[in-house]
Amino acid sequence: MKITVKLFAGFRNDRFKVDDLEFPENATVVDVLDALKINSPELGVAMINGRHVTREHVLADGETLSLFPKVGGG
Amino acid sequence: MNKIYRVNMKDLTCKIEDVPAAWVGLGGRGLTSNIVAAEVPPTCHPLGPNNKLVFAPGLLTGTPAAQSGRMSAGAKSPLTGTIKESNAGGTSAQQFAKLGIKAMIIEGQPAEGKWYELHVNNDGVTFHDASALKGKQNFAVIDAMNAKYSPKIGVVTIGVPGEERLKSANISVKDPDQKLRSHGRGGLGAVMGSKGVKVITIDDSAGKKVEIADPEKFRAAAKVFAKAMLDHPVTGEGLPIYGTNVLINIINEAGGLPTKNFRYGTCEHHDKVSGETMHDVIAGRGGSTKHGCHAGCVIQCSQVYVDEKAEYITSGFEYETVWGLGINCMIEDLDDCARIDNAMDDIGIDSIEGAVILGTAMEAGVIPWGDGKECLRVMKEEIGKATPLGRILGNGTKSVGDAYGLTRVAVVKGQGIPAYDPRTIKGIGVTYAMSTMGADHTAGYAIATNILQVGGHVDPLKKDGQVELARNLCIATAAVDSTGMCIFVAFPALDIPECLPSLIDMINARYGINLSGDDVTDLGKSIMKTEKAFNDAAGFTKADDRLPEFFEYEPLPPHNMVWDFTGEELDEFWNF
Repeated sequence: MKITVKLFAGFRNDRFKVDDLEFPENATVVDVLDALKINSPELGVAMINGRHVTREHVLADGETLSLFPKVGGG
Repeated sequence: MNKIYRVNMKDLTCKIEDVPAAWVGLGGRGLTSNIVAAEVPPTCHPLGPNNKLVFAPGLLTGTPAAQSGRMSAGAKSPLTGTIKESNAGGTSAQQFAKLGIKAMIIEGQPAEGKWYELHVNNDGVTFHDASALKGKQNFAVIDAMNAKYSPKIGVVTIGVPGEERLKSANISVKDPDQKLRSHGRGGLGAVMGSKGVKVITIDDSAGKKVEIADPEKFRAAAKVFAKAMLDHPVTGEGLPIYGTNVLINIINEAGGLPTKNFRYGTCEHHDKVSGETMHDVIAGRGGSTKHGCHAGCVIQCSQVYVDEKAEYITSGFEYETVWGLGINCMIEDLDDCARIDNAMDDIGIDSIEGAVILGTAMEAGVIPWGDGKECLRVMKEEIGKATPLGRILGNGTKSVGDAYGLTRVAVVKGQGIPAYDPRTIKGIGVTYAMSTMGADHTAGYAIATNILQVGGHVDPLKKDGQVELARNLCIATAAVDSTGMCIFVAFPALDIPECLPSLIDMINARYGINLSGDDVTDLGKSIMKTEKAFNDAAGFTKADDRLPEFFEYEPLPPHNMVWDFTGEELDEFWNF
């Protein structure tokens, strides 16, 4: 299935801003992190359609997954 | 820090007083709010002779503790009519601490039309005619004071909007690089102007090192604390590299980025002004992506933003300002936004209120949407010169809404709502509504838990748990604001178990006392209740603890949610 992955802040280094990637059915957020060689503890926030999802969230074909390292400001 | 400087602007005297027992354990916001509550009649006119302007460094300011160089300024706010504390970096807090000044209270008013420089040193305050500075903006004041004394002189100044007592005027503080930091919110610059004080200069050459009761214990705790700052990914990595503006993309992604004066929750051109883009622009042009607002800052969240020739445009270019200009006003050119930010620094208005003012002026049709050049002109030529239009704008977002008959006016208690939409980030909406100081994200930064998943996670789109979250954050923040610490210490404190105990250990070692975690929480609660009692006595009621009505009937795309807390639900905030 096709997942659009958007990366932010330091996750973009040596990777990309946005890309369409292929994953097997029932892939989770962790599978995407593994494919991108992002250590799971580095993940700050994962969102789909503006809603937070967990690392265990099972992705569906055509979804856009946004991945952020731990960031803050204010 | 064992002296109170009491400055009377009516008879031009300064008394040096001992610190009363009740104030010994207080610093920063805890001290300014207690002094204002004890000495300012709540119903007084904020610009009249009975208001007082109080400066107080934090409990740990002047020590080697990382992040401890913040100065609190407090008064009754002309913008909100509530009690107000606004803290800033820069050099003044550490200079006060070295001189042993626990607080400086400015009271009374001089004969009309007189302008003064207050010169602060170890012997007290002397009063100098500042009529030659009248009409000068902040950077020119700094140049004049550096020339009069030396670049080491501390400078606390107001621009023309402060002289003219406009309600968005801030108080600017010289930073270690001769640029500016601001006591931004609540119009405290107008209070300084109403006292005839154009500038405060600080000579700390006769100052001493701050005494520490238990140096060994202090050193050990300070080490643990600084390590927590550097170890946490937000303060050790995210903030130093991308600055606070890293939030543009994540708040946009969450659908809570107020766009075109709070019409939408996402913005198509967000990446043009994002933290990632800003980092690349600064790095590519040879600016500085790291910068600290005070000596001893290890986070370095600030930056120096330069043009294509590597010439300085602005510094301290923060998320809320970039949001307000780049997203809420739809100004897509980051250079234009930076120039407007610099103009706001120079004339001395709050860059959050200023940006929300411009968005509301666009709503009114006074400025075309997205027109950065016109915004820059309005700042310099209208607000900066206090023209009739400049006065309508410079008196704040509510003033613009009232003058032009608008309903989409994003304020609480008269203060502009910053960069997070309360309809889709509900915890911050509770903070905006219930804060003792009007809409203020820093009063209880629910974004950490709602969006950033620091200190756990509370779903931003649901009402569950938000009142409790905002309450706890507001209490903790009131305590942190009393230490002289930068608010960003909260990120490690929420996640790293030894961080907060090390902060308390530093306070204990500094003063030779034995505060517990509960004592610190109790301090936060007591500050909040003192501030609320002032507001109640000033005439505020539960009806003031509400968001603007338009949030209740205009759903915010993309989540299409409205603000749906009842008054009873919100009032639970004060149940502690």
